[in-house]
Amino acid sequence: MNEQPKHSPDSTPPNQDGAAAQRRAAGVNPLKPSERMKIPRQHAVEQTARDRVRNFTEVSLGMTEELALREAERCLECRNPVCMEGCPVSVNILDFIRLILKKDYVGAVNKIRETNYLPSICGRVCPQESQCEAVCTMGKKHQPVSIGKLERFVADFEREAGLFIPPELPERRPETVAVVGSGPAGLTCAAELARKGYGVTVFDALHAAGGVLRYGIPEFRLPRDILDMETERIRALGVTIQTNFVVGRTATIDELFDEWGFRAVFLGTGAGTPNFLGIPGESLSGVYSANEFLTRVNLMKAYRFPAHDTPIRIGKQVAVIGGGNTAMDAVRTARRLGAEKAYLVYRRSRTEIPAREEEIEHASEEGIEFVLLTNPVEILGDGRGWVKGLKCQRMTLGAPDASGRRRPIPVEGSDMTLEVQTVIEAIGQKPNPIIQSTTPGLSTSDRGTVVVDEFQTTSREGVFAGGDLARGGATVILAMRDGKLAAESIHRYLNRNGAAPADRGNGQAAMTEPETAVNA
Amino acid sequence: MPPHPPRDRQAPPPNTIISRRLLADSIGKFDIYAPLIAKKRKPGNFVMVRATERSERIPLTIVDADEDAGTITLIIQAVGKSTKYLLTLYAGDAIVDIVGPLGNPTPLVAGKSVVCVGGGVGTAELLPIARGLRENGNMVRTIIGGRTRELVILEEEMAGCSDEVYVTTDDGSYGRRGTVVDQLNDILASGTKVDAVYAIGPLPMMKAVANATRDTGLKTTVSMNALMVDGTGMCGGCRVNVGGAMKFACVDGPEFDGHEVDFDELIMRNRTYSDLEKFADCQS
Repeated sequence: MNEQPKHSPDSTPPNQDGAAAQRRAAGVNPLKPSERMKIPRQHAVEQTARDRVRNFTEVSLGMTEELALREAERCLECRNPVCMEGCPVSVNILDFIRLILKKDYVGAVNKIRETNYLPSICGRVCPQESQCEAVCTMGKKHQPVSIGKLERFVADFEREAGLFIPPELPERRPETVAVVGSGPAGLTCAAELARKGYGVTVFDALHAAGGVLRYGIPEFRLPRDILDMETERIRALGVTIQTNFVVGRTATIDELFDEWGFRAVFLGTGAGTPNFLGIPGESLSGVYSANEFLTRVNLMKAYRFPAHDTPIRIGKQVAVIGGGNTAMDAVRTARRLGAEKAYLVYRRSRTEIPAREEEIEHASEEGIEFVLLTNPVEILGDGRGWVKGLKCQRMTLGAPDASGRRRPIPVEGSDMTLEVQTVIEAIGQKPNPIIQSTTPGLSTSDRGTVVVDEFQTTSREGVFAGGDLARGGATVILAMRDGKLAAESIHRYLNRNGAAPADRGNGQAAMTEPETAVNA
Repeated sequence: MPPHPPRDRQAPPPNTIISRRLLADSIGKFDIYAPLIAKKRKPGNFVMVRATERSERIPLTIVDADEDAGTITLIIQAVGKSTKYLLTLYAGDAIVDIVGPLGNPTPLVAGKSVVCVGGGVGTAELLPIARGLRENGNMVRTIIGGRTRELVILEEEMAGCSDEVYVTTDDGSYGRRGTVVDQLNDILASGTKVDAVYAIGPLPMMKAVANATRDTGLKTTVSMNALMVDGTGMCGGCRVNVGGAMKFACVDGPEFDGHEVDFDELIMRNRTYSDLEKFADCQS
């Protein structure tokens, strides 16, 4: 994949002759397709691994204007832009890249914002390699266009130049909507509803907005000033963000309707309850769920202890159990907190690791040791209540299971022990049960997720849901797609009710079909 | 603004301290303006409090509430950095973040004979439960204790909702010399009919109470003060081994059957940060 050296951007100077410059100014790529294919994929500048394991600042520094222009020139401008079909929210990738060629970067970011209100976040955390870039035509014979890094470039350009202009809002409608959870699903739903003129209040249980973007994703992947800026831009749409409010406890869904006067509710409370393996030794000091570990560091800023009061305890040797993006975030965070050895213990092989390729590579560069085909069976204590080791069993891969991945099978007599003082379990999360248990009539699955149909409608009238609460653990962009789709459904729902309140109960007001079918 | 329930224009900003009184040198009683929480709270509920922008989130039991005044009552003992800071606040000051009510309300029996056992500042957490039990028509006997006279709190309030109140101090400076468990053992040995015991205090005290009632199988409810970060079920830091199953004190509790709780595990794990907490404290 990466034959290009990462830190020396390839910079054959862009074509500078007059006619080409004119065409470029008009937003037309002067290069023939064959010439475009000759340009190698441009890479963002990154902090070196040596530097970044000592800090929490962002790993990728993004593309310079020159690199971005060069990369944009690689786009083949397909007549049928399949990249847009690869995007869960159908960002108009072709048009935004053409606007980059025109050097209209603000136009480009606003083009993205038409369908995705959080471009500087998606440009950083979206798994582009399995979405837009996976289907890019250029990627069939060469490397795909670096769509994610271009998205990030225009968003960063706009921010650094201070050129953001809040979109014009339609006349304010009388109806108000409650959005529960200020993660990617909730923020997107709120932005979409506000842009349709609804009054929106977003409720969050924590003291800061952003949900998993705040407590889960580390600063070295998503700097907090970027997140603060994006949430401020949601507020700029007239959205109220009410923190320190646990829906289900501070007020129930029924109270939001009956006492607070909301006309619809979107639930986007994510999957915040950590799973534990259930192996012996989980009560020892030094065992964390990835959620607790990351929340202490990201939300509570334990890495700045004692300037911030929340402590974190990290051993010289740390084992993180799991293979997802959360596991990668935890193990790389442990390294930055000073762990000399940071192991990632995963029961399948390298091929099956579900984390993003970029994160796996970054972790390897940072000296993370991958202990693959290995399954923890017991956390060993030192007799005084502290972790001193992780007893594991080696695995081999058998036939594919229901998920299509090869099933790990224990190898008899293969026990081994990792000497560690900290164990972090990153083996998945499930939805928090508070809302489900306080909302009568809300259907849930046996996995604890809220059941929704293809319009994000729940079993309760006026209540919609999406993101990890409905999916049980997915990506930021899929949560955003759900939030966006739910906003459409809420809009139809309120218009149906608002336009013909007398018709309610007459069986006339069937929900209309959406204009386009969107696949998850 | 969205259609919040009507707000009184004269009302103070949320989380403002309305009144503050010291119960002992290191124990303060605060009435705090938090109308949404005041309206919803039930005995056994707690709030998560972040004292300043740099503070930890700490769980504090809601001792009382006045729905009309929109206030909740917290009783805070200065033991760590956050609680010491909170004790420096006065009426008119505001606390940065308060969220709740959290946890499950205490399941209260009705029409029975119960003993409430409170140790140290745990007495504050016990008060709303004792009141609830009294309202449910129970015969309420209350035992409260502390290391020394100064740390025995809320005797008058407890007397107001109990049929009998017993006081113990470790050093004998007030009430009976001994522990609350000594007093409980005497009551149990006297043949008095007791249907349930509610105990809140330091973990070793609750463990001793659970051990005292274990043989008779007398229903004993204890309240787990585990380490917590969010208080809403997200971190798992407050996990407690109850009858061999992992429970989260914040969403499955905070009250559990004292005979099922593995106290020793929790006592060990609650020490995880004790040295760091001291360090943070002396840095301030």
